[in-house]
Amino acid sequence: MSSNKKYWKSVEELNESSSVVETLKHNEFVEEIPTDEFLGDKDALEGSKTSRRDFLKYVGFSTAAASLAACEGPVIKSIPYVVQPEEIIPGVANYYATTIANGYDFASVLVKTREGRPIKIENNNLATTHGGANARVNASVLGLYDSLRVQGPKKGGAYISWGTFDEETSQKLNEIKDSGKQVVLLTQTFASPSTSKLISEFKNTYGNVRHVVYDAVSESAALDAFQAKYGTRALADYDFSKASVIVSVGADFLGDWQGGGFDSDYAKGRVPTNGKMSRHIQFESNMSLSGANADKRVPLTPSQQKVALAKLYSLVVGGSANGELPEAVEKAVQNAASQLKNAGSKGVLVTGIQDVNAQTLALAINEALNSEAFNTTSPLLIRQGSDKAVNQLISDMNSGKVGALIMSGVNPMYTLANADAFAEGLAKTDLSIAFSLKEDETSSLAQYIAAAPHYLESWGDVQFKTGHFALMQPTIRPLFDTRQFQEALLKWTENTATLNDYIKDVWTNTVLAGTSFSQALHDGVFVSGGAQAVTEETEGQDRTLVGGIIHDAAVGLGLKEEDQDAAAATVAGISASEAVRALAAATSSGLELSLYPKTGMGDGQQANNPWLQEFPDPISRVSWDNYLTVSRADAEALGLKNEHVATGALNGSYADITVNGTTLNNVPVLIQPGQAKGSVGLSFGYGREAGLKDEMKTGVNAFKLYQGFNNVQNVSISAASGMHEFACVQLHNTLMGRGDILKETSLEIFNTKDKDYWNAIPVVSLDHKETPVTSPDVDLWDEFDRSIGHHFNLSIDLNACTGCGACVIACHAENNVPVVGKEEVRRSRDMHWLRIDRYYSSEVSFEGDNDKKNNISGLGSSLSEFGEMEHPSDNPQVAFQPVMCQHCNHAPCETVCPVAATSHGRQGQNHMAYNRCVGTRYCANNCPYKVRRFNWFLYAENDEFDYHMNDDLGRMVLNPDVVVRSRGVMEKCSMCIQMTQKTILDAKRDGREVKADEFQTACSAACSSGAMVFGDINNKDSKVAHLTEDNRMYHLLEHVGTKPNVMYQTKVRNTTEA
Amino acid sequence: MKKSYQSLEVNSTNNMKQVTRRKLGKNILQLSLIFLLTCSTSLFAQEGDPAKGKTLFNTNCASCHGLDRKMTGPALRHIEQKLADEQGLDREWMASWIRNSAALIKSGDDYANKIFDEYNGVAMTAFPQLSDQDIADILAYTAQDAPKQEETASAAGAGAAQSGEGGISNKLVLGALALLFALLAMALILVRSTLNKFAEAKGVEVPEDEKALPLWKAFAKNQFLVLVASIFLLLVSGYYVYGYMMQIGVDQGYQPVQPIHFSHKIHAGDNGIDCKYCHSSARVSKTSGIPSLNVCMNCHKSVYEYNGETTEEYTKEFYDGEIKKLYAAAGWDDSEQKYTGESQPVKWVRIHNLPDFAYFNHSQHVTVAGIECQTCHGPVEEMEIMRQHSPLTMGWCIECHRDTEVKVKDNGYYKKIHEELSKKYGVEKLTAAQMGGLECGKCHY
Repeated sequence: MSSNKKYWKSVEELNESSSVVETLKHNEFVEEIPTDEFLGDKDALEGSKTSRRDFLKYVGFSTAAASLAACEGPVIKSIPYVVQPEEIIPGVANYYATTIANGYDFASVLVKTREGRPIKIENNNLATTHGGANARVNASVLGLYDSLRVQGPKKGGAYISWGTFDEETSQKLNEIKDSGKQVVLLTQTFASPSTSKLISEFKNTYGNVRHVVYDAVSESAALDAFQAKYGTRALADYDFSKASVIVSVGADFLGDWQGGGFDSDYAKGRVPTNGKMSRHIQFESNMSLSGANADKRVPLTPSQQKVALAKLYSLVVGGSANGELPEAVEKAVQNAASQLKNAGSKGVLVTGIQDVNAQTLALAINEALNSEAFNTTSPLLIRQGSDKAVNQLISDMNSGKVGALIMSGVNPMYTLANADAFAEGLAKTDLSIAFSLKEDETSSLAQYIAAAPHYLESWGDVQFKTGHFALMQPTIRPLFDTRQFQEALLKWTENTATLNDYIKDVWTNTVLAGTSFSQALHDGVFVSGGAQAVTEETEGQDRTLVGGIIHDAAVGLGLKEEDQDAAAATVAGISASEAVRALAAATSSGLELSLYPKTGMGDGQQANNPWLQEFPDPISRVSWDNYLTVSRADAEALGLKNEHVATGALNGSYADITVNGTTLNNVPVLIQPGQAKGSVGLSFGYGREAGLKDEMKTGVNAFKLYQGFNNVQNVSISAASGMHEFACVQLHNTLMGRGDILKETSLEIFNTKDKDYWNAIPVVSLDHKETPVTSPDVDLWDEFDRSIGHHFNLSIDLNACTGCGACVIACHAENNVPVVGKEEVRRSRDMHWLRIDRYYSSEVSFEGDNDKKNNISGLGSSLSEFGEMEHPSDNPQVAFQPVMCQHCNHAPCETVCPVAATSHGRQGQNHMAYNRCVGTRYCANNCPYKVRRFNWFLYAENDEFDYHMNDDLGRMVLNPDVVVRSRGVMEKCSMCIQMTQKTILDAKRDGREVKADEFQTACSAACSSGAMVFGDINNKDSKVAHLTEDNRMYHLLEHVGTKPNVMYQTKVRNTTEA
Repeated sequence: MKKSYQSLEVNSTNNMKQVTRRKLGKNILQLSLIFLLTCSTSLFAQEGDPAKGKTLFNTNCASCHGLDRKMTGPALRHIEQKLADEQGLDREWMASWIRNSAALIKSGDDYANKIFDEYNGVAMTAFPQLSDQDIADILAYTAQDAPKQEETASAAGAGAAQSGEGGISNKLVLGALALLFALLAMALILVRSTLNKFAEAKGVEVPEDEKALPLWKAFAKNQFLVLVASIFLLLVSGYYVYGYMMQIGVDQGYQPVQPIHFSHKIHAGDNGIDCKYCHSSARVSKTSGIPSLNVCMNCHKSVYEYNGETTEEYTKEFYDGEIKKLYAAAGWDDSEQKYTGESQPVKWVRIHNLPDFAYFNHSQHVTVAGIECQTCHGPVEEMEIMRQHSPLTMGWCIECHRDTEVKVKDNGYYKKIHEELSKKYGVEKLTAAQMGGLECGKCHY
């Protein structure tokens, strides 16, 4: 049988004496429903002049009036093109390959456009690197239709023309050039060959020009370490599919660590093939996506992480490291080290500690291991910022050295801890220009706002890593009167070429080596000389290009060219032994705060995106907020509480947190299982004030505490009064003790035991004999023969699923799923068709606990010793389970619908006819999976729900092939029937059979880790047909006998120690 | 009534045709005289046949040249005469221009280059296949005089008068009938009043049946009758209410006035243009697509006037006016033969409105199933004004899906599934319904 863990969904459930759980077992609501509020006031009821009859009269009259008014059909106008563009056929989608490079997210994507407007972002499968779009990239299409975008160049709050802008700025730039003051370009990381060239041309024109690269969430330490060791300002690249042992010390590499994009390779190594899968050990303080996916997760504070890393180095490479660690952690470190050593070149270690010493050690360990997963010859270029340079810039600005500051893709007033100093400096510059999509915190302080286009309206190019290039092309004509930063550089350098010609030139001369630019543009990506081979012959060519970037970055460091080598030398001066000594000495008193980027929000530049605001965090399942994550023990000590109220919603205490004299007041507190004791966490990206709708002004700004670009800070916390109302989708249904929802086993059992042992089919009693629930004898229904035609199935591999949530947003975009807002989510009225359930478990074999428990003798001893025992929630294992409509062949919802609005198709899909639904909600009540969603309100064109569907611009993102549901109807996952129908129709039109694996749903197409596989099981060549035969396959709540068309693959954990 | 009116219309047009034909006879006589005269002037020229020339002209030249009108190329009436008179160029020059103008321009010929520059540097398509005789025929055709405007006008006038007469006689008959009825009624009233007077004079009392109850009272007293009647009334009103309710939102016959009077009858009917020439996206897309104006201009650059049949309501002037509207919308300056760039998109009134919750795909029906457009849209080629032919109700869709056999021939997609399904259902040919075409989710998502 499968391992018998008890899964639980909330810390409340572990509290055996909790009255909430006890009440919820018996009642739907914890508290009495406050009927008194509206029925109790008898006087008011009787005193009212409106009788029941009157009420009915009004209802009758208004119904009749409404229906009469509906009789007259509206006159609808159809306006065709005057000249129809050749490539546009109304009703047929076009796809363009392009690239997102907003300084935080870098990915090659395909953009689906309908009638000329981009409506969806998809993965670019031609890309060998960064081809997977994460949740934020999937949601980025909505940023194009943001109604608060700046619509043209502005000066002092008033719109001006680009002509005026050019005239005035060029004049001022020339004045500054003559005065000898600095012109500073403060930009995001572009990693763009053409932009680098443009900037150097700009430097030639204006002389005293400095380019400062600024990443809001800094990777400066890793960049410095890599630069010192390898001479390039870049980041080592990792391919986790090649690793059999992965050790991470504080690196959330499945999240946004070093630019992200590692999850698809990681997932490849996680699926057990031939009895093997990778082993992942995670040392961390906050519960991250990586920690949640790890086979073994060791919670420890940031300063302990440093010690652990020093010890790992000494154990793997050699030398000795001092420093104290708790015994259990010490043991875990030794285990990890020995596993790494045994794995040899199949091992890899990564660290997220923002410290040059730590990053140097990580590089050294991988070098020593000769790790195959570790690549320094073709390093990542998507982070190039420098903390020193930014600090230098601020002091230069304040001392009046900076004449002009031109910003692009950055928002320092929001993302800098010392924003006030920046603002003061900004006021002292003679000219300040901000290229920005929004009138945000920074651009509203600049003299000029240069309205910038969205990346879907822009030209550009990116070099993700050495030799791996991508192109950005516009997918729509600019919606507003905007200009790219690069175009402005062309203007200022009096270059009359258009940007696309310029890029084409740069590519033809330096990148393409004779291959076709059109082909590269079509593919969106170009790899020079193959991914593996940055060999002798290509190296020279690459060098020139990379050389440009190094030069640029070095200047970006704020170093003049002659200083460059000296600086490199000082960095290189750190020897491994010194690094070990420095790290091992790390200690901390009091609480340590780890700042981290949240999966949904990243660095916060997409804060006005309602999809991302409503996206529930994969770990905490909280939407519309950030919060202080606190361990249970610390919360108790500090007097911080979490509690659930009548509606089942979550409330949390407020806390005031102070770092180095900076205080954030009223930060909501969330008790996070797995949070290392002595550490707290707070995510970036929230607390934005400018350039976003009121509804989106959520959370607190953690950048205020990001002092010295250090994501770890000593913090003091005190409880504040009041309770915060969270919109958490976690506690909507209790699990009712049904442990077979998420089947899990260990690699050892998986390899040695029979399938029936770890993945048994549930049995029911038939004539007092145990009969498998899949047997036709125990079925109430006659089976419909589905062997003819298509039969769609979706397989979800719990081993490959990292919980990243790209599918959730893709589903939103494809199916016009409405955003309902924080209040409604809190009332459990979220509309996500696809949710990713996150379950915590107590570990099975906790030897110390077992021994202790076995040694208990007598009542007194049991009372005290049980109390002493560490609470199981302190370090739970985590599993993710995406759940959407299971499309049951014997669907409980279909039989209870009084109007037959939901019915079954022969292709396996459970159909939902919205126009037939009368909203009884019987189906939702009868659904064992709770996947049906009810439209409580009209969410489109309704001022009460002021999200994208309420403005003309935002509605441009709607998929014209899927209806926008109205109030009072039930909706749910359709298994993207519009996509399967289209695939079938394409085949019919071509007069061919549908190819194996041609069918896709939005979620399966968005899943870059390969966890979701969709297809036709009647086609024996398809992947999904093989997966139905897999030993790991099981159905959710199989014992109910619903025969779902969605299947899951049992999660296997590699628990092999040592 | 309607039918008779139609036949009247037919008669009137027939009459008109006869009239014009008679006039044409005269014209031809005159023309041939002129023709003979012109031919005799050019001594070395081969004699051309204007009738053959007309055919050749229409197939080869008409897309760029008009007889009296500057189009992509110059107007060609009396071109030979003109060239000879003004430039002193002979037919040999013309032949070499027609067969290969580019070569002539290259050779540095003055007039050739002048023309080339005048017409925006667009070289004329070469026609090496035209023989001397062909060229002579075409030139003969271009040498004809323009038909005089008066004659056609008078012909049209005659036709109008004819049809007007028909209208009057119709009204006369009706008027006479009405008068007759009125007289009859008058007579009857008179007779009655006279008889009453007689009776009064003679003292005869007309017996009045005072005891009998009024009919409605008798009816009200009979409860059975009341019951039956009220049930009957309820049923009837129920029937009508149901009927009324069922046609709410059904816009069969919807025939809105469009911003430009586009006649499908002329385009699809008289000229036999394939539906999918203009509605090209019906082949590949869910929407059939309203053609963009550049599609209209493909033909209407050269089709600047209407020369087909006209009626009283839709005269030539009317149609020409509609073409002008198109030019205004597309931003086409007809006199300069170029686009002004000032276009004004046409706001057509949409006729076929499926609700948002019903998904319909044209390409599925047009390309895959090979259904004629007329199956759903009716005899479009006969519609002067487009209207919604079918009810577009779900029942109507379903009915067709139940009856229609799936067109599986030569379609690789259906091969396997059809074989298996027809075995399962024991039928030779499958209907769309048996293929799963009645499932909710096929159209509603």
